[in-house]
Amino acid sequence: MINIFKEFLNLFFKDLFQEKGSVRLGLYGSPNGGKTTLANKICKDWIGEEMGRTSKIAHETRQVQVKEQITIKRDTKELTFSLVDTPGIATKIDYEEFIKAGLPEAEAKTRAKEATKGVIDAIKWLDDMDCVIVVLDATKDPYTQVNITIIGNLDARKIPVLLVANKMDLKKADLKHVQSAFPQYDVIGISAKTGDGVEALYEKLFELRSKALKRKKEKR
Amino acid sequence: MKGRTMLTLQFVPYAEIMRLPEKERIDRLLGLAKENKIVLLEGKLRAEEEAELIKRTMEQITSSFKGVEISHVSLQQKEDVVFFRKVRSLLVNLLLGERQGFTIIGPASVVKEIKRDPDKIQLLTEDIKRKK
Repeated sequence: MINIFKEFLNLFFKDLFQEKGSVRLGLYGSPNGGKTTLANKICKDWIGEEMGRTSKIAHETRQVQVKEQITIKRDTKELTFSLVDTPGIATKIDYEEFIKAGLPEAEAKTRAKEATKGVIDAIKWLDDMDCVIVVLDATKDPYTQVNITIIGNLDARKIPVLLVANKMDLKKADLKHVQSAFPQYDVIGISAKTGDGVEALYEKLFELRSKALKRKKEKR
Repeated sequence: MKGRTMLTLQFVPYAEIMRLPEKERIDRLLGLAKENKIVLLEGKLRAEEEAELIKRTMEQITSSFKGVEISHVSLQQKEDVVFFRKVRSLLVNLLLGERQGFTIIGPASVVKEIKRDPDKIQLLTEDIKRKK
């Protein structure tokens, strides 16, 4: 009888904490889509500090970065998660492009080498994500093989995903184009730089968390 | 041959790579791209295989091999295709992998960009870009 009672308490508290439980939220996308700018915006808003450096030169983020215990509060709701900012995924890396962007040759070669490792790490981390925001550059063609591969892999792993069309502050940004490329997904237009649309993104994160917790429960 | 560039397109039937284990499959495709050949693979790799291809590409990048450009072209069936044909192709895809359309894998040093369009596919190569 005591054992049954203990089991009941265990299950009760497990479920209680699971619903409020922390999830691992990954930021994925091509290089220079604005993943770290978005990570910085989220961290600044909720823990008062930035996460990483940004640059106009691609592959500025070359290591996976994690910020634990970020809590978003909306009215009476709370959402706690670990934010994982990943290096941009690419199918090619050319150190000469970095030289063209103004880096000295030795630095360009080091950056290229670190960037290749970063891409590999980002792919390896996919399995550890509970949910993912794919950050797309709204000024560019969204239907690239890298975006298709990222979304396809999340789909194959049944990881809940939210698409974000970033850089909506720029004239060339085209939210409809992004939405039409991936009609089966939620796409939110934001500017991580100015903060436009980020409040709507926070609202969506609660839905994403629920889906992530449901998936975790089903996996057990 | 001055001013001319030789491009090699290598067709890879789906059946040829399906026989291989995943790792060898990726190595075969990547090996051809590293020989500066543009691979035309019948069908499509699975999402996990695409990710593996990117990983293995990154492992092999050097100052001479800068990676690949990849693109899949699906041959969309018309809306009026009868129901049983759609079901049949879904079953075939499920059992044997996706054989419809084709995948282009080109070395980044040759293929600068692949642009897709509903009816055509454009490979922008180094020389073509220079002429512009």
